[in-house]
Amino acid sequence: MANQTPTLTGKQAVLQEMPDHPAIKALLAWSPEAFTDARFDFGELTLTVVSTEIRAACATVQAAGYNFFEDMTAVDWFPQSPRFQLSYHLLSHAFRERIRLRVLLDEAEPSVDSITPIWPGANYYEREVFDLFGIHFAEHPDLRRIMMPDDWKGHPLRKDYPVEGYR
Amino acid sequence: MSEKSGAPVLELPATESTVPRQMVLNMGPQHPATHGVLRLVVELDGEVIVSVRPEIGYLHTGIEKTCEAKFYQQVVPLTDRINYLDPLSNNLCYCLAVEKLLDLEIPERAQWIRVLLTELSRLNSHLIWLGTHAMDIGALTVFLYTFREREEILRLFEAVAGQRMMTSYFRIGGLSMEPPPGWFERVAAFIRDFPEKIDEYSNLLTGNPIFISRLKGVGTLSAAEAIALGVTGPPLRASGVDFDLRRDMPYSSYEKFQFHVPISTVGDTWARYEVRLVEMRESTKIIQQALDGMPGGAIKADAPKIVLPDREKMKTQMEALIHHFKIVSEGFHVPAGEVYQGIECGHGQVGYYVVSDGTAKPYRVHMRYPSFATLQAVETMCKGRLIADLVAVVGSIDIVLGEIDR
Repeated sequence: MANQTPTLTGKQAVLQEMPDHPAIKALLAWSPEAFTDARFDFGELTLTVVSTEIRAACATVQAAGYNFFEDMTAVDWFPQSPRFQLSYHLLSHAFRERIRLRVLLDEAEPSVDSITPIWPGANYYEREVFDLFGIHFAEHPDLRRIMMPDDWKGHPLRKDYPVEGYR
Repeated sequence: MSEKSGAPVLELPATESTVPRQMVLNMGPQHPATHGVLRLVVELDGEVIVSVRPEIGYLHTGIEKTCEAKFYQQVVPLTDRINYLDPLSNNLCYCLAVEKLLDLEIPERAQWIRVLLTELSRLNSHLIWLGTHAMDIGALTVFLYTFREREEILRLFEAVAGQRMMTSYFRIGGLSMEPPPGWFERVAAFIRDFPEKIDEYSNLLTGNPIFISRLKGVGTLSAAEAIALGVTGPPLRASGVDFDLRRDMPYSSYEKFQFHVPISTVGDTWARYEVRLVEMRESTKIIQQALDGMPGGAIKADAPKIVLPDREKMKTQMEALIHHFKIVSEGFHVPAGEVYQGIECGHGQVGYYVVSDGTAKPYRVHMRYPSFATLQAVETMCKGRLIADLVAVVGSIDIVLGEIDR
């Protein structure tokens, strides 16, 4: 269980230590500016992608062997800026490894391209983030609330939403 | 009933009528075949399904939000309530994620007991699936047989954790306590008889012509569709994808166990039935190996600031008392960072995404549960088939609404 892998912080360090990583190679082949930041800790690789490029980045790593969309969710870093972080967990059946793509979004009208056209399985996950965080997904086929009632006000998983709800 | 898969079962004659032929049927939220408060909005053309739209959220309790207000160790009991049929897998996945953040070394004995209990938990989950699935199809008897064995598993859970369903037995850093004397012998006795019980279920169902005709060729899902829709676990393996986290990305010393991962390439409801039946046999083998090779030693990590001290020490040693007081009253600090831990539970891949900001409470906990993704595949599996097939399909994907709505 103990963490034997070293922590690598920053794009430079990750590029130096892991130049042959399939996801990194594929992303750099697609565009040298594909990811702005990288981190390797707890044995997990995190790549920060520009928010407007997430769909293209997902398509690139999908072609590179990360064939399975496992999970997607958001983190609210209120009151920091940028406020929202989206974490995509993509799994490769062939490499037996998963990577995390990270997108940072500003507080005002957070919106990002939907990846449902690439993985139809992302549909519910994006609806959940839309419902509980209020993040909009462009070109999502069916962007409705999924957990809360349709007429609900507010987004419960935002940090400025009280745990006990509004009274 | 047609044996062809994919194609519509009924060819309806074209009519001149301008009246729309489609009917919308509400199945659930209270319906015996939806296994909980699931509402399926089914669009029908006669008896043929045109579209299925699951409406979920009836059981949403905001567990992810609640986690943010609890200490790390207080989240463990919340995880039981998510997938209440496979409680120990939830405990395990959460504990592994936090242990990864803490960089904790878990004693081998604790890891082996964890494997043993998650496999028992998988049997529990599969037994409920088998009983309820057969009941949906109309074979009521099987339910009574599977619940007979499930009862013994629950008794084993009770003996070890003090609770039948909401076990919370795995703690961050190990287990809550040593199993009681004679417990391993009880597990051994149960495992010795269990393969015979699987034969019994198989005798009741595998040759049953009604069961066969309701399942074979129904709800086919190809490997590509399963991957695209995020389907995991037995339904994925029944569609021909050879992937099991226990073998391919082992955790909690699963790499030390020998087992076979059953695969079928047919991808229909029958394949999912067969895969799970073999999985139960493999689970008994893993439990047997765990019993045979059970290492001795501690069941808790050596981390006094994180793991609660033994009761005896807490009553007699000042330092242990202080640690106990500190952990209970203000929790323990977890280094900042984010981790994702995936494990294979009875239904498929569970994942816990834990984000820490360095305090004693998790900044964000997100759970990936297999039923949530698998539910999206229902429409693909049912389109163009009869409404009765919907019941078979929903039964075969083995959903738990607690884990869908969280």
